[in-house]
Amino acid sequence: MTATAEFEPVIGLEIHVQLSTKTKMFCGCALSFGEPSNTLTCPTCLGLPGTLPRANAKAIHFGLMIGLALGSELAPRSIFHRKNYFYPDLPKGYQISQYDEPLCRGGQLGDVRIHRVHLEEDAAKLVHAGSSGRIHGSDASVVDFNRGGTPLAEIVTEPDVRSAAQAREWLTLLRTTLRQLGVSDVNMEEGSLRCDANISIRPVGSTALGTKTELKNMNSFRYLERGVNAEIARQETLLRSGGHVVQETLHFDPQTERITSLRSKEEAHDYRYFPEPDLVPVSTSDEMLAAARAAMPELPAAREERLQSLGISAASARQLAWRTELGDYFEAALAAGNPPVGAPIQPLANWVCNDLVRRVGEEDPNASQVTPAALAKLVGLVSEKALTVSNARLVLDRLVADGGDPAAIVEALGLGAMGGGDDVLDPLVDAALAANADAAEKIRSGNMKAIGAIIGHVMRETKGRADGAEVTRIVRHKLGL
Amino acid sequence: MTTSRDTSSDITLLSAAAAVDAIERGELSAGELFEAYRAAAAGDELNAYLWVADEAPAPAGQDAPLRGVPLAVKDLFCTEGVPSQAGSKILEGYRPPYTATVVAKLAAAGAPLLGKTNQDEFAMGSSNENSAFGPVLNPWDRARVPGGSSGGSAAAVAAGSAPWALGTDTGGSIRQPAALCGIVGLKPTYGTVSRYGMIAFASSLDQAGPLTRDVTDAALLLKQMVGHDNRDSTSIGFPGEIELPRSGSLKGIRLGVPEELSGAGVGIEGGVLDAFNATLKLAESLGATVETCHLPHAPHALSAYYVLAPAEASSNLARYDGVRYGRRVENGGLVGMYTKTRSEGFGREVKRRIMLGTYSLSSGYYDAYYGRAQRVRTKIADDFRTAFAEFDFVVTPTAPSVAFELGAKTSDPMSMYVNDYCTVPMSLAGIPAISIPNGLSDGLPTGFQLCGPAFSENRMLEAAYALEQATGFEATGARIHA
Ligand SMILES: [Zn+2]
Repeated sequence: MTATAEFEPVIGLEIHVQLSTKTKMFCGCALSFGEPSNTLTCPTCLGLPGTLPRANAKAIHFGLMIGLALGSELAPRSIFHRKNYFYPDLPKGYQISQYDEPLCRGGQLGDVRIHRVHLEEDAAKLVHAGSSGRIHGSDASVVDFNRGGTPLAEIVTEPDVRSAAQAREWLTLLRTTLRQLGVSDVNMEEGSLRCDANISIRPVGSTALGTKTELKNMNSFRYLERGVNAEIARQETLLRSGGHVVQETLHFDPQTERITSLRSKEEAHDYRYFPEPDLVPVSTSDEMLAAARAAMPELPAAREERLQSLGISAASARQLAWRTELGDYFEAALAAGNPPVGAPIQPLANWVCNDLVRRVGEEDPNASQVTPAALAKLVGLVSEKALTVSNARLVLDRLVADGGDPAAIVEALGLGAMGGGDDVLDPLVDAALAANADAAEKIRSGNMKAIGAIIGHVMRETKGRADGAEVTRIVRHKLGL
Repeated sequence: MTTSRDTSSDITLLSAAAAVDAIERGELSAGELFEAYRAAAAGDELNAYLWVADEAPAPAGQDAPLRGVPLAVKDLFCTEGVPSQAGSKILEGYRPPYTATVVAKLAAAGAPLLGKTNQDEFAMGSSNENSAFGPVLNPWDRARVPGGSSGGSAAAVAAGSAPWALGTDTGGSIRQPAALCGIVGLKPTYGTVSRYGMIAFASSLDQAGPLTRDVTDAALLLKQMVGHDNRDSTSIGFPGEIELPRSGSLKGIRLGVPEELSGAGVGIEGGVLDAFNATLKLAESLGATVETCHLPHAPHALSAYYVLAPAEASSNLARYDGVRYGRRVENGGLVGMYTKTRSEGFGREVKRRIMLGTYSLSSGYYDAYYGRAQRVRTKIADDFRTAFAEFDFVVTPTAPSVAFELGAKTSDPMSMYVNDYCTVPMSLAGIPAISIPNGLSDGLPTGFQLCGPAFSENRMLEAAYALEQATGFEATGARIHA
């Protein structure tokens, strides 16, 4: 391999999603939302002798919905296996998971193919006392079993991702899809959405796969992108210096951006998978399939397509569809604005995606002071030329701060557009041309940029209520252009 | 049967069903009966009990069908606040926070907990010599083993310190000790009795069942045990109800005798085989037909069992890691603690099976061992299905020998394992089987085993009852020797 070769990353993602069922995967305990340690436990999720698991029907229902959303093949029969290893956060000494007969196989979301989706139980949480923060070298470790047994769906992609940015963008689509399904809180920082990446690189043009590493612990979208980039860079440096990549499990430290080895292939566990004899196979009945289908909402990909078909630009449609709350707000505004004030569709999308988002940021606009109806009305006023764009932005500031009716705010602040009548604007334009003789001369000689000074003058005089386009028309007319 | 209220008569001689009747008629008080058994259990010299109740619990409702006749329960059933150690040092003193479904059902039906009985550690053994709390002695001859793994339950019933007892059967652990102690032991169809709260050995095989003095008692207890349990997703329940046997007729019953489990060269002791054949003759004289049948894959049952059961056990026993309950031995760090806790907590046979099971599930070996054993299991179930197309029941001697001397087989695991030769095939097939007393050989009890298709318990109990009536073997015989 030459030092100048160009490399292409090959990335597959493994996503763990905590399902927002009422109870745990295999017992009746409620799911934990920060309750005091070990208060949400029972003999079963503590792995006490003699206890038996029973599968949560709602988790299977959610699993089927995820499969439908990803276009997977839903298995008529799937089984749980035991994945055996010793660790204090695993009270039975095995995790109940699905292995070679998962609930869903195949599928595709966006530009990434899905390998499989299966159900399993989450481990408990270890809390380490002492300086290291890890089990090795800690003074003492205690276990909080509240999280133990939380239902998880594991989604495994094919190695179709080619960059860290694509990984991040795709995960955003997956998160929105799952949120739209209502099957999970999908919060990376809180651990309800967790992503590991299998990463290898190969010379561009090669179809063979390089040796992959598994990168863990990327608990935000930012860290995912940074971690994957760091690992790609590490592998490139290795290969360019004549070294080779070793198959291992890696840990990404977002603070230092350092990548350290958790365990090598030789240290990998032999999980001794075998069919869980305490659970009967999951038979996906027609009733279960019908219930999952009936519960399916419109998904981001479908919404994006529908919004485009309404005449919305591709970029706006994606933004509205991928941020569910934005799309919901937009559609509510669309419904509210028509009639009495018809808000034209693309300008309304622009106002939601640009002006409103700039003001509310990551917050849900539905929770803001600006009601969808108010925004529709505002956009209606602009399109009727009853309000200039710049004054509409001032009104939006007021709406964001205090709420209210845009027409009333326009009235109270005297921001209404002046109307297009020449008899109103004519004398104002004349005065502006007289006061800016230099600019008028430049315009006459073909420098249209100088018209800004004339418009600015009129706007100052009218406190922004004049219609800029109308002013331009009158100027051109007066100068015989 | 003692029906008069004669204070000089021993009320512990009553069968459980007779005691239920006597209490129902007001001729006997449940409290008095409990106290008589409590005293007998507390004075037990066979090491059959690991715990005995101090006093009778509050009586169940007036109409509780079992009327307060007390019950001895194998140690591995979880009983709230009462030691439940599965015969293991690793659970020494462990008191669970909940009670097993079947024990709770029986208590609610009027069978209060009398005591917890000794057993082979985690039900792994056929002689009760693998208990961490010492071996149980056979009431017929205290130099001999009672069989296992439900040895404590069998010895207690045979010796009369319990009217009846609960055991579990994974490969013969109810039937073989019942045979060696001269009592009745029944393994129900897999799934009829909830496993919730039974400390697991091999989940796909473990099944709770009664050990009793006669067939009627077995039916009476089983009737209250069966039923679907939401907490055990493998539980099915029983279609209909368990009925008490009454006809006693064998007319037209077709008995199949599998060449593979009772023929020459199988290794059944002469005296055991003679007793078995004598009962077959008797059955014929009562109108049954007796013919040889074939279970071609039965000779492989033991091999398959000793792959599957240890594999499941190796995983089931992983939870005994010293982290949350039971024994914990600190030894510098996590792995050290794990190692020392498990090395000291488990006995030799348990460790042997954990090693065996871990090996057969290892990557690269799974198909050759576990996968293959599962295929054998399917074939054995098919063999039985084929046999039941022609026969009502398949019958065999329960165990190849009478009770052997303590220590006789402890140095050779294989010689111990062959004790289950005739009982393991039914376990693998998940079908019901019963062992009834079949007379003595050299002064020691032998057992006669009947098995039928899944859920054929009622028919099986009828046939067993008919044989019991015909042979007239007394389960209380051990009392003379005890
Ligand atoms: Zn729980």
